[in-house]
Amino acid sequence: MTDSTAALPTGPSPDRRLRVLAAMSGGVDSAVAAARAAEAGHDVTGVHLALSANPQSFRTGARGCCTLEDSRDARRAADVIGIPFYVWDLAERFKADVVEDFVAEYEAGRTPNPCLRCNEKIKFAALLDKALALGFDAVCTGHYATVVVGADGHRELHRASDAAKDQSYVLGVLDEQQLAHALFPLGDTRATKEEIRAEAERRGLAVAKKPDSHDICFIADGDTQGFLARHLGTAEGDILDETGERVGTHTGAYGYTVGQRKGLRLGHPAPDGKPRYVLDISPVDNTVTVGPAEALDVTALTAIRPRWCGTPPAGPGAYTAQLRAHGAETPVTAELADGELRVAFAAPVRGVAPGQAVVLYDGTRVVGSATIATTTRAVRARG
Amino acid sequence: MAYLDHAATTPMLPEAVRELSAQLTVTGNASSLHAAGRRARRTVEESRERVAAALGARPSEIVFTSGGTEADNLAVKGLFWARRAADPRRTRVLASPVEHHAVLDAVHWLADHEGARVEWLPVDAVGRVHPEALREALARDPHDVALATVMWANNEIGTLQPVPELAAVAAEAGVPLHADAVQALGQTAVDFGATGLAAMAVSGHKTGGPYGIGALVLGRDQSPEPLLHGGGQERDVRSGTLDVPAVAAFAVAAEHAAARHAEFAREVGALRDALVEAVRAAVPDAVLGGDPDPAGRLPANAHFAFPGCEGDSLLLLLDAQGIECSTGSACTAGIAQPSHVVLATGADPELARGTLRFSLGHTSTAADVAALAEAIGPAVARARSAGLS
Repeated sequence: MTDSTAALPTGPSPDRRLRVLAAMSGGVDSAVAAARAAEAGHDVTGVHLALSANPQSFRTGARGCCTLEDSRDARRAADVIGIPFYVWDLAERFKADVVEDFVAEYEAGRTPNPCLRCNEKIKFAALLDKALALGFDAVCTGHYATVVVGADGHRELHRASDAAKDQSYVLGVLDEQQLAHALFPLGDTRATKEEIRAEAERRGLAVAKKPDSHDICFIADGDTQGFLARHLGTAEGDILDETGERVGTHTGAYGYTVGQRKGLRLGHPAPDGKPRYVLDISPVDNTVTVGPAEALDVTALTAIRPRWCGTPPAGPGAYTAQLRAHGAETPVTAELADGELRVAFAAPVRGVAPGQAVVLYDGTRVVGSATIATTTRAVRARG
Repeated sequence: MAYLDHAATTPMLPEAVRELSAQLTVTGNASSLHAAGRRARRTVEESRERVAAALGARPSEIVFTSGGTEADNLAVKGLFWARRAADPRRTRVLASPVEHHAVLDAVHWLADHEGARVEWLPVDAVGRVHPEALREALARDPHDVALATVMWANNEIGTLQPVPELAAVAAEAGVPLHADAVQALGQTAVDFGATGLAAMAVSGHKTGGPYGIGALVLGRDQSPEPLLHGGGQERDVRSGTLDVPAVAAFAVAAEHAAARHAEFAREVGALRDALVEAVRAAVPDAVLGGDPDPAGRLPANAHFAFPGCEGDSLLLLLDAQGIECSTGSACTAGIAQPSHVVLATGADPELARGTLRFSLGHTSTAADVAALAEAIGPAVARARSAGLS
């Protein structure tokens, strides 16, 4: 890093000294983000979100950000940066808006992305609202994405300078109002994770060597299936192939994701000996349908609950789409019809799971996002 | 900066700093037999005599501890174990529900791990235990009570308890009464001998002494089971090499606290009254917690509930203005919990979320009060707009 002391090029009114509330998870990214915001001259206050009613004492492995240890790490970082630090209890909101939604989505046979949901409902809603009410101008996080003010004065969300670390996908749910109060000091960083760690080290932040967090923060042991089984119970059902023949059993259709290959434990091999994938999940009759890879090819999708970063697109337009975190971009034509987003792929794509978000890009700019509801298959799965 | 959190810790007195600094250069384990040990022992015993005189106790009744928390734990657990060992019927513990966590959690621990049956003594709307309530609880069966514990002065809302009367009632029934006097010392007359208490906890850093030192004042007929086993120091009740410099500096602070409490109450009490008036003027619907009669509360304590506010939000906003205070209640992982003290007084749980404790001390000035007077109105208005999350 050569220019970490430069004025923040992103976010609201960069030349003004802002009152910034830095969300600090206890990890290295959010700590460095808070430090950079403070160094840029903003008046920064750190806050750790307590998102679990019964936090565990210590981190187990690399998961989560909600243990007491993470809270202490965040406080320690805030003390070193020299900013006030508080813990805000948003456990109730998190449970209602993220955890229960997560369970309900799986129960309906979809595959939700709780990080998007958390950004939309917690970090840039519950937290931001409280911050604004208390007189703060912006919420700062350690996400890798950039906010730029467009030619027309509107705020735009763009991919991070370093595409490999870009996290604009999980921020695709933010509208312009939310973006107007978002600060992402790491967004313009062309630095490897090692360099961010080195910067943390240089700043005396003890979290410099802390392992990255992965997976879902509220499932401490990483066992999503076990978590779902605890919440939804188990119900034995059939696994069918695309002809409708029973090829195995499962203990709950909700436990599967479209495109999943591993863990199917099918008794009979496919006649052609090729691997089989989950094609469909039907919670109504508790069945899971499997089939060959080519049956996963999707030519179009519809998505609901669209959220736009700026003006919604007027007619059909050419964009690129990202269909999951860290997924590749693919060219599409998209249009808004009856409040629903309709997306047609230039070439068939695989592994499109209802419940995930489709985020539309125009170049590096995030146009908007919506939750995938239905898909159109190149090959009919059944019947 | 306006430091309005003296109940959390108060600056050391210059005299105590001097004593501590002087003693830090002196070598000697007070348990050693040689000259260095004898010198240390003399310092310790003279300090013990000074602390005893300050608290109306005999020197042999002073058991030095690491602070108020240890003293409370030693009294509650130690007396429970000893009294039950003497008579297995004694498993009932009578406690006020407004105790500091050092007592409260020790009592809960006894209930969870030692089969103690806890009976919470009723308190009135200012958090006071009436002697009649203790008498009734004891009369149900005086033979099955291990101990009773009622703090001298509440750390959150400042309410003073009628300790001499309570101690008399307990003594009649032959039951030891422990009082946490950590907040009381220096703010009101604290005379152990005159009250007939069985045990009393005091702390150094709350009264102008150093951190890490305190004492359990322990009646000579009380032999609690130790928490710490080892070299048999402190009447065999609290093993561990004594921190001679801390003991000596604590003695200076305790002496000062006892000698000056009336003066402190007059001067700091006047500042506190001005603070209460200023807060009420700025926020007319603020609700004063604890006893509205100044004679019934600590002279340095003011406690308010601000309707519609989150205490946390107020803390953040005042902190940003350089005003340091506390919500008064304990935190769990940094998250303010609704105060058990405020809830015990029957306050509306919603109101209990928006409390602040302002506590003054020997370095407080009118400028501190003025700074709060200026900041509190806008802070409350802002916190209200953020609402209760």
